[in-house]
Amino acid sequence: MKNIKHDWVEKRVGWLAIFATLAISIGGLVEITPLLFQKQTNVPVEGLTPYTALELEGRDIYIREGCNNCHSQMIRPFRAETERYGHYSLAGEHVWERPFLWGSKRTGPDLARVGGRYSDEWHYVHLMDPRVVVPESNMPAFPWLAENTLDGEYTAKKMEVFRQFGVPYTDEDIAGAQAAVVGKTEMEALIAYLQSLGTALQQQAN
Amino acid sequence: MSSFWSAWIIVLTLAFLVFIIWLLRWNMTNFTGIKEGELMDHEYDGIVEINNPLPRWWMILFWVTIVWGFIYLALFPGLGNFKGLLGWSSSNQEVLSIAESKAATEANREAGLIVQYDREVKAADDEFGPLFAALSQRPIEELAKDPEATEIGQRLFLQNCAQCHGSNAMGGKGFPNLTDSDWLYGGSPEHIKKTLLDGRNGVMTPFGNQFNDQQISELATYVLSLSGRKVDPELAAAGQKNFAVCSACHGADGKGNQQLGAPNLTDNIWLYGGSQETIEETIRNGRNGVMPAWKDILGEDKIHVISAYVYGLSND
Repeated sequence: MKNIKHDWVEKRVGWLAIFATLAISIGGLVEITPLLFQKQTNVPVEGLTPYTALELEGRDIYIREGCNNCHSQMIRPFRAETERYGHYSLAGEHVWERPFLWGSKRTGPDLARVGGRYSDEWHYVHLMDPRVVVPESNMPAFPWLAENTLDGEYTAKKMEVFRQFGVPYTDEDIAGAQAAVVGKTEMEALIAYLQSLGTALQQQAN
Repeated sequence: MSSFWSAWIIVLTLAFLVFIIWLLRWNMTNFTGIKEGELMDHEYDGIVEINNPLPRWWMILFWVTIVWGFIYLALFPGLGNFKGLLGWSSSNQEVLSIAESKAATEANREAGLIVQYDREVKAADDEFGPLFAALSQRPIEELAKDPEATEIGQRLFLQNCAQCHGSNAMGGKGFPNLTDSDWLYGGSPEHIKKTLLDGRNGVMTPFGNQFNDQQISELATYVLSLSGRKVDPELAAAGQKNFAVCSACHGADGKGNQQLGAPNLTDNIWLYGGSQETIEETIRNGRNGVMPAWKDILGEDKIHVISAYVYGLSND
């Protein structure tokens, strides 16, 4: 080792890149790679069902409108959070999520278990103009969702892609996908999606 | 975690720590043959480098973080399946249902393991549980007069109920005002509590297929006349002929039915609005009001306290 000097690597940018990549990879190899093969991250929680065609379209609208910029879907294991939102999120609830929508910022409340919390009617009124029901709210209104309708052109294709990722869609699910969403408004799809969130793990008293 | 992945993590982590120690020592060794404080043998544009070691405090920080790394890995779960000497974890992440979650909490407590979240919840339950249990033993009418109980009830209301009923509990279109004495399902303490525990679903069926626009307009006019509004008497009389269909739920006199949650149409209090236009819309398209069930979310004790707060809003 005596003869290997630090300037050897400093003067060889290719080797420097290789060593830097190795050093950076260690964290990922230790913390991420094993997770890809764990029960915790691959086995769905009891009662988890894949999104229906309409819910899946609603999820895409959730992404399009950027809901995840202000709403997280990740209840952390703190009492202050579980008191308000229900049982903390489990990895097994998200095994079919690609990409996951955990978010990283809460301008609005967490939505991981919003399913069933409010009525469809409430969601409709709230999305049309949040201040009608929550005067203190600074959430934008999304009235165009009630006007735009879905044609379902790509719904079956999306479900096929998810099936390749391991989501257990049946052939009937995929065959009936377009018929299930065509003519529905984006509002209906988004509400269906919201009402499905977190319902697999029933909300129970802590 | 399988023993392969456990070994993978342990070997990589420890090997990398050892490597860092070697790297640090290697970097601290002076291979240049030039003494500390003397000029290095290179110069660029008149800029020269003096052979100075890294500052001592900086080196000390490196060693401290490495030592801390070993201490942390010994105490906390970091090395694969090794749980750490403290037996600490943040929460039960490997569970697949609420039942499993509860079982894991129980098992960990018996094993003396520290699960941070479970500990936090237990501490809170020990503190607040008896408080709510004591409150739930007292009748709602009495609690409604207790300032401390209503304050607790209000906090819970603001957290869980205000999203629909408003922070002032005065409701909005489609969401009942809780401060008046008009009740869809009854305003007795028992009825309020039952509403909160099990939820309600108030369905008004749509009549758009059964009646034409003219008939719907007449019906709406008649409904308006029930609460003493000035309307065209001829139109109202025409509407009355078809009101038999409505009376199945709203009663022949239009005073509603609290068994079904059918609103009283004679008191000039309107859940969805009392204009001719809105009432026509209600008759044509129907309504579907949902009060979610809160039993599983809040538990009966807390609901008892919220019921008292709601009861107190209209029963001072």
